Formats: sequence, structure tokens, C-alpha cells
Amino acid sequence: MSAEAHGHDHGHDHEHEHHHKDTFITKYIFSIDHKMIAKQYLITGIIMGIIGIAMSLLFRMQLAWPEESFKIFNVLLGDKFAPDGVMANDIYLALVTIHGTIMVFFVLTAGLSGTFSNLLIPLQIGARDMASGFMNMISYWLFFLSAVVMLCSLFVEAGPASAGWTIYPPLSALPQAIPGSGTGMTLWLVSMAIFIASSLMGSLNYIVTVINLRTKGMSMTRLPLTIWTFFVTAIIGVISFPVLLSAALLLIFDRSFGTSFFLSDIYIAGEVLHYQGGSPVLFEHLFWFLGHPEVYIVILPAMGLVSEIMSTNSRKPIFGYRAMIMSVLAIAFLSTIVWGHHMFLSGMNPFLGSVFTFTTLLIAIPSAVKAFNWITTLWKGNLQFNPAMLFSIGMVSTFITGGLTGIILGDSTLDINVHDTYFVIAHFHLVMGISALYGMFAGIYHWFPKMYGRMLNKNLGYIHFWVTAVCAYGVFFPMHFIGLAGLPRRYYTNTNFPLFDDLQNVNVLITTFALVGGAFQLVFLYNFFSSIFYGKKAVQNPWKSTTLEWTTPVEHIHGNWPGEIPHVYRWPYDYSNPNHDVDFVPQNVPMKEGEEVLHH
Amino acid sequence: MTSLLVIIVLVLLAVALWQLTKIFDLTQVGASSDDSQVASDNDNNVQGYIMFGFLAFIYIFTIYGLLKWGNLALHTPASEHGLLVDNLMNITWVLIFTVQVITQGLLYWFSFKYKGNKDKKALFFADSNKLEAIWSIIPSVVLAILILYGLYAWNNIMFVDKDEDVVEIELYAQQFKWTARYAGNDNVLGKANVRLIEGVNTLGVDMSDPNAQDDIVVTELHIPKGKKVHFKMRSQDVLHSAYFPHFRAQMNCVPGMVTEFAFVPTYTTAEYRELPFMVEKVANINKLRAAKSVELIAKGGTALDPYTFDYLLLCNKICGASHYNMQMKVVVDSPEDYKKWLSEKTTLAQDIKAAAAAEKPAEGAASTTDTTAKVKDTVKAVIDTVKAAVAKVAVK
Repeated sequence: MSAEAHGHDHGHDHEHEHHHKDTFITKYIFSIDHKMIAKQYLITGIIMGIIGIAMSLLFRMQLAWPEESFKIFNVLLGDKFAPDGVMANDIYLALVTIHGTIMVFFVLTAGLSGTFSNLLIPLQIGARDMASGFMNMISYWLFFLSAVVMLCSLFVEAGPASAGWTIYPPLSALPQAIPGSGTGMTLWLVSMAIFIASSLMGSLNYIVTVINLRTKGMSMTRLPLTIWTFFVTAIIGVISFPVLLSAALLLIFDRSFGTSFFLSDIYIAGEVLHYQGGSPVLFEHLFWFLGHPEVYIVILPAMGLVSEIMSTNSRKPIFGYRAMIMSVLAIAFLSTIVWGHHMFLSGMNPFLGSVFTFTTLLIAIPSAVKAFNWITTLWKGNLQFNPAMLFSIGMVSTFITGGLTGIILGDSTLDINVHDTYFVIAHFHLVMGISALYGMFAGIYHWFPKMYGRMLNKNLGYIHFWVTAVCAYGVFFPMHFIGLAGLPRRYYTNTNFPLFDDLQNVNVLITTFALVGGAFQLVFLYNFFSSIFYGKKAVQNPWKSTTLEWTTPVEHIHGNWPGEIPHVYRWPYDYSNPNHDVDFVPQNVPMKEGEEVLHH
Repeated sequence: MTSLLVIIVLVLLAVALWQLTKIFDLTQVGASSDDSQVASDNDNNVQGYIMFGFLAFIYIFTIYGLLKWGNLALHTPASEHGLLVDNLMNITWVLIFTVQVITQGLLYWFSFKYKGNKDKKALFFADSNKLEAIWSIIPSVVLAILILYGLYAWNNIMFVDKDEDVVEIELYAQQFKWTARYAGNDNVLGKANVRLIEGVNTLGVDMSDPNAQDDIVVTELHIPKGKKVHFKMRSQDVLHSAYFPHFRAQMNCVPGMVTEFAFVPTYTTAEYRELPFMVEKVANINKLRAAKSVELIAKGGTALDPYTFDYLLLCNKICGASHYNMQMKVVVDSPEDYKKWLSEKTTLAQDIKAAAAAEKPAEGAASTTDTTAKVKDTVKAVIDTVKAAVAKVAVK
């Protein structure tokens, strides 16, 4: 069925028709409209983000002022985990674990990909909605449920999961090894199983929608790069998430039914356990088979958003459109065969380490192509510094800074000494954490008018960006040095090692930057929530963009376009095209007589 | 408390900034209301200059960091292969800094230079095969060199020749403690399994294995300078990682399997302490500790001990609540000192014998009969249950 036929069904009086049918519940809660679902993802993601970032501030305070008493610890963590305001060592590990889980899965996977895939896929390809609106709704509510289960795990008696977000067994399998591996870990696994179901439904929907529901003229090589990255991200998700599910299920078996998939020869708490023949290394393989593609699931959508925003605000075509697509495909392919670089020192055969070093370092090539293409996009542009553009430039900056240290970590020889130190933390927070977060912020600032019909305050946006940018470097740049000093990650305090005493000042500096940066996210939250209600009314196409979402009316309607779905006649990056007087030509504008295509 | 104050100040600062922007907004009343939230030429100009300022910030912060924190990083490697690792690391750093300085420079310089205004039109520049070929091929060539060097080093480090003359030592990890086992005169470690853990035999060494008879178990690791030490690693409970930062050595300890890593120490502990950078580092740390001690004493606590450098073995894989305190002192001796130290140690077989001897007189004969009686009772109870079960089945 073509999108056009769909269009005729609903016709002009579409808006009117739905006004009567929508109750509060079907419009705002169990909505099947992709725009509403996108907003639901975003709000849930923001709430999870607040929790995840707040947790990081708490454990950063512990790291800067170890075992000092803070009233706020006692208020937030309770008497059991912070007696007299001193953070206990097991809750420290729990905070680290849940911070990682929330940020990676709930904020940067569901919050980022879920929001913008849902919002932009139908709007930018010219479709009335997702292929299956109902499945889309189920996908959101499963995500919501998994978030609720994850948050519930914070309140169980023995504390939430605390084996690190990578939940390596045996630590995650044995409550004797760490209290968090009891009910807390069970809830973690249940939550992730639900999350994976949600993610798969979302991904399948995105893939089917992109393949089947493109409007007339919207060939694959006329798709905006946003859609390309969402599409490829969904494919990687479908390939890799089921493997995490199987790992989680086998872990549940080991925990609850006494199987030995991952456990063998264990003596703990004075007794020998019955497990025999399993291997934790198998779990590591299964986990990272998802875990590594996962970082690209996080960063690719951010790259797509940034490409789109940079082109629009440079008033220039994205440089090397086809190279950008090819590099996304290359990154996606390579991302599925590099997982072993997390396991150079896991005890697997060193020969395998050589292979993974080779494939890992190859990823630098498509990544370099992308970075240079972005920089060239700025060259001789007419740069419009809207807040979204600032975050996009910031994203390229942190992606380069963080990506370069990947050359060290991806090289098995160099990994020997920096593996699991703060150097790793600095690397991945810059390259995927901060970069993806910047991509998400850029997306929010850019498409806020599309989502809420109002504008975000730009001056608050500027303040938000610059303080965040300084603080992000302030936090993660010094962190490289304490990693190079050999400081292991996931240490509750370093006071037991006089060797590391000279790192304490750096830790205080890092925490100070983190607290300032964290506090200034309040500026964003204020801007976001107040602008939903009191922001300036947006015009239809505030950024003078070429893509189809800006041809829809400002007020949301079911089915997106009141009349027929627009046809597409040109690629999405006709900015400053010398054949035209205006500096942007939307995709639905037919080619002029004799106009030739100026790009490859 | 001070940090709470800091937070309050920050929040107030945020409020103040917000008020300022509000005032700024009010002054804009009357300007076109629709695109007031879209960047104006003035915004582009201001933000463009800030972009340039931020580039300066990145450069200055980098230089400041290198000067201020550069000497925190691990210095002279204390192992033979460490030189190879550090050499590759330095080459990679030169590359990284070059690329970083150039790309960040271009990114923010272009942002500053091409800040927009209404009269400008951007250049329509959609692609260039030549440029794209350049920045695909150059990284490929550079990476090829790095990969080859890296693989050469990796293969040198990770594979131990069978006929190499090495010292075999087992590293044994458990929550939250390291133990080491020396192979003794035969230089072969006896078999072991956690199922054999009993009393002083905390490593589960199989005492029926002839190779185990001369094994020595210790809690402080001594290794000889200039000789290849081949570590075989085991864990009894969860994953641990044996991390020797100064030797550029690390390997996970995995329950159910034996992992390995080998290196040649090149400085004895005494020699490493005398290296100028280490003297300086230790002096600096002691200065900080002295300052901290003054603070502690003022609060009624005890002063911190002055620090002397020792090599350390750390756990570098999250292993439980006290992960942060799982360490073992490592001492590199001259070969003669090492021999002497090792010869003074008792073997595990002797330890077990001694423990058994110590137990006997203390508990006396009564306790032995006690246990025998207990065993008899248990056996009887089991037989009874089986009998009852058999009878039940028979009835059916």
C-alpha cells in the first residue's frame, strides 16, 4: 500500500474528524500518533536523565571528598546506605551501576533514538504515521514499564544491582558476592528484558516504515541523513539486542535454576558451589556483542541529527552526502565485529586480540571521514548560531577529542595498561556520552518548534551550551591524566593507596566542574518546561529548512499533512543552490526547467 | 557543607543569569516577535567570537593540563616489554595531539570565520572526490602503521615460548585479597581446584600431586630482577583483574580457568625508589600527606604515615564492596636477595603439617572421638532415611 492511498483516505477534513474521537486518554496517554509518542519518549528520557546525572553527582562528591559527611547523602540515600551522611561502599557501586544503565539505555538509547526516530521518520519521509501505530504505542509503554521496574529496583532491601552496568557474572550471579546481586539484580534483568522487547518493536517499526512508506520521489538517496542513521541504528539494534536478551536469560537460569552457563569452580562464603563447566568469558562475549554496537546505537542518531542541523545552519549542503551514508554503513558493519576490544585482557586467546585490534582501528577511517566532512560543511558557510548549531559543533568537537583516545584503547598493546582505568571513563564519556547528549540537545533545540509549536529561549540556550561545554571538558580532560596515572575505575575511594594521593586535587577539580555543569542543566530544564507553555509561538519553518517536516502545519494533526502528502523532487540539502535566489529549496519544490542536479 | 554552599551559589548564579536574559528580552519588545528566538546577525557575531574564545580555552586548558598534571602519569616502565608499550604510546600521543590541534583548530576557526549575516550567501560545495580520497587514505596509511606496530608488540608480550627459562608463580585472587604460590625447586606448580580448599590449604592445592610438594604460598609477592616471571592466575569467586601499573601488565583472573601474563622486571624496588622522578613524586605526596595530617590532628585524629614507594598489585575488575581495597605489595629483589627470601619460606606441605600438629594437642583425643561419633550418627541417619524410602516404594 502506498502512502498516497493512505492520504486519500483521510483527506482534507482529517483534522476535524479526529477532534471528536480523541479523548484525553487516547490523545496524551495511549496515543498511537508518532508525534505524541516521540514526546512521551522525550519526557521519560529527560526524567531518567535527571536521575542518572544526579547519581553521578553524588558519587563524584564521594570521590572528591571521600568518606566525608554530606547531609544530602543521608536525605537521598537513607540511613542504611548513608549513615550520618557518609556514603557506604556498596551503595557507591550501586550508584555507578545504575548511572551507567540509565544513561546508556534509558536516556541515550530510548530517550534519543526513541524520540527522534519517532518524530522524524514519518515527518521526513512523508508518511502519515509509523507502519504500525499500535506497535509503536506498545513499544513506548514497554519502555515506560522497564523504566518503572528499574526505578523500583532502587528501593529493594539489599540495594539495587551493583555489579557495574556490564553485570559480569559471577559477581552479578551470586548474592553472596555482593548484596546488590539479590532482588536488585533480578529486577535489573527483568527491566532490561522488557526494555529489549520495547527496543525491538520500535526498531522493526522504524525499518519497515523507512522501507515502505516513503512518499513519491523519496528515493533512498534523497533521504535526509537523520533517516539514514535512524534506519541503520534500528538494523544494528535488531541484530544485537536479542543477543543481550539471551545473555540475560542464561544469567537468570544460572541465578535461579542452578545451571552453569557462566559459572564454574566457585568457592565463596566458606563453601564450594555446585557450578561446573561454565565460563564468565562466554557472558562477556554475549554482552559485548550487544554492548559494542550499543555505543553506535547511541552515537549514530546523534550523528544524523548533527549532520542535518549543521547543514541547515551553515546554509550549505552537507559535504559528501554519499560518503556520509557510506561511512554510516561502514561504521555499522564494523561495529558488529569489534566487540572483543573490551576483552583483550579477559583471558581469551591473545590471537583473537590481534584480530579485534585490527577491526577496531579500522573504525577510525569512516569516523575520520565523518569528522572531516562536518568540518568542511562549515567552510565558507553562512553560519547561523542557533543553540542547536552550537551543540552540533560541540558534538563534533567532543567526538574528535574522545574518538582520538580510542586509538589507544583499541590497540591491545596500549590497552594493557589503561584498561579499566579512568582513562577509559574519560574516553567513552566524551566520545559517546557527551557527544550523544550534545546530539540530543541539538535535536531538542532544533525540533522543539516542531514538537510543541513554540520556540525555546535562545539566550538560555546559549548559556546552557557554553557552561556545559566548558564543564564537559573540565570534567573529562583532567580525567585522562588520573587514568594515565593508573587509577582504577569503580574504586569507592583511593585513600587506601598513598600512591594516588597526588590525584586528589584533580578529583576535586573534576567534581567541581561536574557540579557546576550539572547545576546548569537546570537552565535547560527550566527553558524546556516553561517554553512548552509560555514559549514564543513558532512559525512553520523557523530555521528555513528544506526537509518535509517543516511543510506540516505548526499545530499537530493526525496524519501530519492536511491535504495530500507532498511529493519529493530533490535531495534534502539544497541550501544556497546557485540556480536559485533563495538560500534554501525545500524537497517538495519541483526542479526548474533545465535545472541540473549539482551534487553526486 | 562547603559543597552545599557551592551548589546554592551556583543555583543563585543561574537565577541571576536568567533574570539578566529576561531583562534583555524585555529590551527587545517591539522587535519582530516571530523570529526573536532565531539567531540574529548580532547573535551570530557574538557566538562566533565566543567560538574563537572556546578554541583558545581548549588549547590553553590542554597546555595547562600537560604542565600541571603531565607528571602524574606513570613514568619509566619497570619491565622490559614496558619500554615497547611506552614507545608505541608516545608515537600514538604525538599523532593524537597533532590531529587534535589541527581538527579542533579548523572546527572553531571556521565557526569564527564564517559566522553568518544576512548579506552573505554560503558556497554551494556538495562534494569533492579528491578531498574525500585524501582523508580516507591518510588515516588508512597511518592506522596501518599503528596496527602493525601494535600487533608486533602484542605478540611479543602475550606469547611465552615453552622452552623459555621462566619463574612460575601463581596469582590467586579472592574477595578481597591476593595470594601468590611459588612453584618451588621443580618450577612446576602443583594442580589445584577450589574443591580441595581445606584449612590452611586456602588455594585448594592438590597435595597428592608430586609437583605440589615443594610449592610455597605467600601473601607478599617477591620477584627477581632481570628474570622472566610467568604468572598463572586463578580466582576462587568472581572476576578480578591483576593490574601491575608500573610493569605495564594486566590480566583478568577468571574462576574456572587459568589465565597468564609474563614480564621481566628491570628495576629492583630500591632502584626504582631512587629514580629522580620517583623521588620527586614521593616528596610531593608526603607534602600533601603532611598537610592532611595537620588537618586530621586538628580534628582529633591520628597523623598519616609518611609514604615510601612500593610496587603494587591492584584489583582492576569490580569484585564487590571492598574492591577498592584489594592490593598486594610487590617487591622486586636482586636475584640473590630473591633466592635468599624464597629459601626462608616454608612449603605449603610443611604449613599443612604444622597446622595439623598445632591442632592435635589443643583439641585432644576427645574431640577426635567426638567427630567419629558424629560421622557414625550421620551415616546411621542416612541409612534410616534410605530404608524408609525403599519401604515406601515397596508398599506402592
